[in-house]
Amino acid sequence: MTEKKPNRVGVFICHCGTNIAGVIPIEELKAYAKTLPNVVHADNYTYMCSTPGQEKIRTAIKEQNLDAVVVAACSPRLHEPTFRKASAAGGLNMFIFEMANIREQSSWIHMKEPEKATQKAKDIIRMSVARASLLEPLDTKYIPVEKSIMVIGAGVAGIQASLEIADSGITTYLIEKEPSIGGNMSRLDKTFPTLDCSQCILTPKMVDVDRHPNIKTMTYCEVEKVDGYIGNFTVTVRKKARGVKEADCNGCGDCAAVCPVTKGNEFDLGLGPRKAIYVPFPQAVPLKYTVDFNSCIKCELCVKKCGDKNAIDLNMKDELVEIKVGTIVVAAGFDLYEIEKKEEWGYGRFDNVITGMQFERFINASGPTGGKLIRPSDGQKPHNVAFVLCAGSRDQDANPYCSRVCCMYSLKHAHQIMEKMPGVVPWLFYMDIRAFGKAYEEFYYRIQDEGAKFVRGRVSYIEEDPATKNLIVHAEDTLLGTPVTLEADVVVLASAIVPKATTELLRNKLTISRSPDKFLLEAHPKLNPFSTSTDGIFLAGCCQGPKDIPDTVAQAAGAAAAAQVPINQGKVALEPIAAKVSEELCAGCGICEAQCPYKAISMVSLADGKRRANVNDAMCKGCGTCGATCPGGAIKMQHFTTPQIVAQIDAFLLGGGQ
Amino acid sequence: MAEEYKPKILGIVCNWCSYAGADLAGTSRIQYPSDIRLIRLMCTGRVDPLLIVKAFIDGADGVIVSGCHFGDCHYIEGNFKAAKRMFYLKRVLKSLGFDDRRVRMTFVSASEGAKWAEVVKDMINTINELGPSPLHKEAISASSGSAGFGGADTDMAEIAKAGKMLEAAPVQKK
Ligand SMILES: Cc1cc2nc3c(=O)[nH]c(=O)nc-3n(C[C@H](O)[C@H](O)[C@H](O)COP(=O)(O)OP(=O)(O)OC[C@H]3O[C@@H](n4cnc5c(N)ncnc54)[C@H](O)[C@@H]3O)c2cc1C
Ligand code: SF4
Ligand code: SF4
Repeated sequence: MTEKKPNRVGVFICHCGTNIAGVIPIEELKAYAKTLPNVVHADNYTYMCSTPGQEKIRTAIKEQNLDAVVVAACSPRLHEPTFRKASAAGGLNMFIFEMANIREQSSWIHMKEPEKATQKAKDIIRMSVARASLLEPLDTKYIPVEKSIMVIGAGVAGIQASLEIADSGITTYLIEKEPSIGGNMSRLDKTFPTLDCSQCILTPKMVDVDRHPNIKTMTYCEVEKVDGYIGNFTVTVRKKARGVKEADCNGCGDCAAVCPVTKGNEFDLGLGPRKAIYVPFPQAVPLKYTVDFNSCIKCELCVKKCGDKNAIDLNMKDELVEIKVGTIVVAAGFDLYEIEKKEEWGYGRFDNVITGMQFERFINASGPTGGKLIRPSDGQKPHNVAFVLCAGSRDQDANPYCSRVCCMYSLKHAHQIMEKMPGVVPWLFYMDIRAFGKAYEEFYYRIQDEGAKFVRGRVSYIEEDPATKNLIVHAEDTLLGTPVTLEADVVVLASAIVPKATTELLRNKLTISRSPDKFLLEAHPKLNPFSTSTDGIFLAGCCQGPKDIPDTVAQAAGAAAAAQVPINQGKVALEPIAAKVSEELCAGCGICEAQCPYKAISMVSLADGKRRANVNDAMCKGCGTCGATCPGGAIKMQHFTTPQIVAQIDAFLLGGGQ
Repeated sequence: MAEEYKPKILGIVCNWCSYAGADLAGTSRIQYPSDIRLIRLMCTGRVDPLLIVKAFIDGADGVIVSGCHFGDCHYIEGNFKAAKRMFYLKRVLKSLGFDDRRVRMTFVSASEGAKWAEVVKDMINTINELGPSPLHKEAISASSGSAGFGGADTDMAEIAKAGKMLEAAPVQKK
């Protein structure tokens, strides 16, 4: 609160064609503005944002010797950047600028009450002038950027992003928590709508990742801690004890052959077995074995078998490594909704009710049954297979959103059945078929022509015939308006796509937000779908929302491009709207430290032994939370200082001007 | 009330959600009463309860603080902190005999233009029911010169000084 002379303010009023001028008399506003304290100049123009409009600002700054500019026009969310630049062109610090929003906040919402709109516009201008009188210059600072990027999650999104980044010459750390990269796509058999084999298109990319000189793949690793900020992140990664030294394992599999322990393979969703020492699937990258210490009995048969290669170390411990990167791409993917929560469909109770992902594993030639769909209850070939679409999607009791891929993959499944198992009839129970992508609608027609049966209606419940283990599916055919029942051998639930439960932990470490559906939140749903609210952290793939592979790959490439920008620029500008601690007033209580959501405040000990809060400018996002809580008023929230806000409150309620 | 009473309502809104929502009401040309004036901050986390007290001292009849929905805050949890503070502020105001319905915390997203208009209408209805703030008249007579908050600021400085003296206490060292 230094004693500073208030700024000399110039007010520029925009007509916005008739958007403002059609409701509010501009001349009256201008005359009013001239009566306000600290206003030394007022002008108006049809379109202030146009070149001549901006020119008026530039010349007035010089001729009238203005310290501050107020433009009364549209929303600052629209044109603040435009006018900040115009003020800067006139020689002012661009932060000594304020917009009075008299369009969205007055002329448009009070079109039928011009007098009230005019009064409100005057108030808004008065409040803006009061604030502008006290605005202070802020400096944009730059910090250097670490020339490497981390990608978290190695599904197709993470793989694509890593390849794009690495190809442009930037060191990429690809972190995957499972023993192999590949994610959910490596589980799939065919992919809609082209029906290319998922492994055939993914495996080459996985191998490229493995061989790429710029990609450091770290599988069986998890993010432990994230410190720092855009340009300078320090990520602590936990290398989980794999029990196998990656450098020495040649992937021969001798160990697994002798391992006496058998367990359900998570990769096959428990449908097939694996040993305690295993690779999740034959094409795994890297092809290195992993010991599951939860089921290992330490018999050491594998160690003996491995022999001279000496790759197995059953005493291995977790390791922590610190990695410095400039930016981070999060590609943590998705999980499937726990469909057993929809009890009426009997998943988990009835053997022959499976999920779409389990279907993928059955129908996959490298899956547990060698590519045959069987009835889990007796291993027999089914005759009728029912598909329940929107299972847990578009459902207010489960997930309100559309999972975007279930319609299409269920059509694909129907096709696969008809192709591989002639005579077996797929029945699709759907709400409506969403075939929105390129060549998707055509695919839908094709499956109809091939003879799949479609019933429009939600399945209300499923019963099991205890003798045959057949399933009785009850639904309403909403096209015919009649209830229907179908006896099926197998029911496939197209369960919804949900964010991974562990993503919530990751999100907290990264301090990024999520949307109400729990997916990670993008900076802007349309114009910036791959950035987050935290600078330097980007999103790719299903962690941001349900997506098919084409959309995942496109977003991953976009995120990769965006993540490279700061690296290529070599420096990043810091948002100068940051908190500032007054050393004199700070009592060292530390209340602010706990309040800051970005961990931007740390308590430091000064030479005289006193504790003081210290704000790291690069980490501070300028939310102002600390400023609002400091009991000593020691934190000055720049650009939103208490005197500036109070000036606005006073201007509104106590008036000023005539 | 003989003459037409026009309530004075201050809205303190965050840049990312509620201000954007209010903008959307404008872009959608939704018409609603004109008795509210907005102050745009980056986050409702910035809202010091004293600012609201100051508005009432100045003669405001009601204050709306509006941010993003929980989980959507641009700064992760600023809205949550604001909500907590509003909760305590309301309790304090109430215990002082001040009708706490004059302060309201709401959550309006950038896509909820219509909801913003409803929030404002609803607040205005409430204030119309309650009538002018009891602080209104005194405020006007007391406010010659920059009263109130300046005083509060000095208090704060005093407290800060006390804080400094406390520093030697062992709890503070760590
Ligand atoms: C049954 C089914 C069939 C489908 N069929 C098709 C199809 O035919 N065509 C099509 O286009 N799409 C299809 N899809 C959609 C497709 O699977 C997805 O679009 C794609 O897999 C998304 O890739 P991703 O990389 O975003 O996520 P994922 O494949 O889930 O990859 C995420 C990766 O990140 C890892 N990870 C997660 N959290 C962390 C962490 N904290 N640290 C480190 N690593 C982490 C995971 O282990 C995983 O490897 C189908 C989906 C389902 C469910
Ligand atoms: S030591 Fe563990 S991993 Fe190795 S063979 Fe025995 S049970 Fe399997
Ligand atoms: S303004 Fe927000 S981000 Fe910056 S130091 Fe204060 S609490 Fe942290």
